Amino acid sequence: MTLALTIGVLVFGAVFLMLQRGLVRIILGFVMLGHAVNLMLMSAGGVFRRAQPLIGYNPADVVSDPLPQAFVLTAIVIAFSITVYMLTLAATGSDDDTEDLS
Amino acid sequence: MSAALLPLMVAVPLSAAGLLALAGLPPWLNRVLLLAPSAGTLVASTVLLWITRDGTVLSHNVALWPDGIAVPFLVDAFSALMLWTTSLLVLVCAAFAIAVGDDRTSYFCPLVLVLSAGVAGALMTGDLFNMFVFIEVMLLPAYGLLAMLGSLRRLRSGRVYVTLNLLTSTVFLAGVALVYGAAGTVNLGRLAGAAADSSMVAVGMGVVLLALSVKSAVVPVHGWLARTYPSTSPAVTALFSGLHTKIAIYAIYRLYAVVFDGDSTYLWIGVVVFGATMVVGVLAAVGEETTRSILVFHMISQIGYILLGVALFTELGLTAGIFYLVHHMIVKASLFLSTGAIEKAHGTGALDRLGGIAAREPLLAIAFMVAALSLAGIPPFSGFVAKLALVAAAFQAGEWVVAVVAVAVSLVTLMSMLKIWGGVFWGVAPEEADRPVHGPHTEAGSTPVLVRPEVPAAMLAPCVVLAATTSGIGLGAAVLLDLGSTAAANLLDTSTYVEAVLG
Repeated sequence: MTLALTIGVLVFGAVFLMLQRGLVRIILGFVMLGHAVNLMLMSAGGVFRRAQPLIGYNPADVVSDPLPQAFVLTAIVIAFSITVYMLTLAATGSDDDTEDLS
Repeated sequence: MSAALLPLMVAVPLSAAGLLALAGLPPWLNRVLLLAPSAGTLVASTVLLWITRDGTVLSHNVALWPDGIAVPFLVDAFSALMLWTTSLLVLVCAAFAIAVGDDRTSYFCPLVLVLSAGVAGALMTGDLFNMFVFIEVMLLPAYGLLAMLGSLRRLRSGRVYVTLNLLTSTVFLAGVALVYGAAGTVNLGRLAGAAADSSMVAVGMGVVLLALSVKSAVVPVHGWLARTYPSTSPAVTALFSGLHTKIAIYAIYRLYAVVFDGDSTYLWIGVVVFGATMVVGVLAAVGEETTRSILVFHMISQIGYILLGVALFTELGLTAGIFYLVHHMIVKASLFLSTGAIEKAHGTGALDRLGGIAAREPLLAIAFMVAALSLAGIPPFSGFVAKLALVAAAFQAGEWVVAVVAVAVSLVTLMSMLKIWGGVFWGVAPEEADRPVHGPHTEAGSTPVLVRPEVPAAMLAPCVVLAATTSGIGLGAAVLLDLGSTAAANLLDTSTYVEAVLG
């Protein structure tokens, strides 16, 4: 339940920020949305089993699912690189956030 | 060809890109390393087409862990066909980019190589999450290419492009999470038919398909395409038009066939949405005044046609859709390149500032005319066969309204093509057609020399190659229709594909 609420709050904040004018706020919105989706991926693997997923070290019914963790790791790297690129875009072209984007 | 070689189609362009980005190689070696991997993929995919022509599915699971956790690479007739077309387009567009000098921009060559690696990966993967990763591999260099080349508007449209794609990729990932939560796997082999059994999986896959529809610019979420594509360089527009939206379309075909088993419950959604896409795209094009923006709106209209095939999900419908997809990728790139060549040589793509090109560049005019007539669906070019098959499939499925819409829309398409023809190729060249050009060594302040701009042969060749390909496909339509129907059979009966994924 905590996870679901956290995801909800993050998505709420993300949508609010993305509807703002400036690109930096939109980027912050994307950071929050990225976190929300990463939490979703984590919860998809089940968060109640938390032992290390090492074969022969822990019994199979208590180990956590390593696959979603690998997904999240990949997703974080991708989202990070795009965030950095978008910040570069926000920095180039000084104040066109205030213009009418027709 | 051994299936274990399949990952090389991703690995070779990526390694070449790494080499180009890190080592400061001389320009000629840059060009060789840019063209060679695409040429290699073209040869390899021709071999693959030959192997898969009878419905064989090649597969290789990289790092096969216990319980079938692996990175699956698969090729069936559909992916082989797409690989062939995409590598041809990368090759031709890269040659055009070299001709117009885009490749002198630093990092152009490595970015195109990474792009082509991502495309090959997305076409071959048998795993939903890997598909997300490969689509990202394909998009990341695209952000760079879009912001590097073209008019100053590119920075603004770069923002639209990046935010739109990041948002849809995030939605795609959320869909992957839902599918994993509901089904416990993202392997397409294990997900086969899962959406028909479990409504949870169906919802998750619905989210994935929604993200892919935005990426393929289906109405009402098509605005980003028209806003972004015309502002970069012509070579890059042609490359994007052939690759990006089409990979999303490929993914829709594949996922709908494997996971939904082509469930006809959702037929009406497809018919309504894709019919609207055809109409809105073509009507929007009527109001545009530059060559590339007209072509971009036509692209949206054609996407409706292509996706209609998967909505109908009959054997004829899928065959027609796949045929249409291949035809469209080639024709659209050809149109973007021939108008791009004019834009590069004459400095503008505005219809009212061009004229009389047909008299000056007869070969280019013929290449454009062939591609334009093919787009509108005039025999004997490939567009005619594609539209005929699709309309026949729609009638066969009893969807006669959308069939009538398809025919009507192609008339409007013809009208727009004639508008470009009349504005650019016919008529008299306007006064300022002779552009003042400074000689290479003139000092600032000296009198500029007036020269009549000409499209060089190196820019002409790519357009002619693609126009020849579309006439070839039109005249020898039986070959592509056969391949298309093999691919359609693989989509209708996914058992061979599923067995191959599970290894």
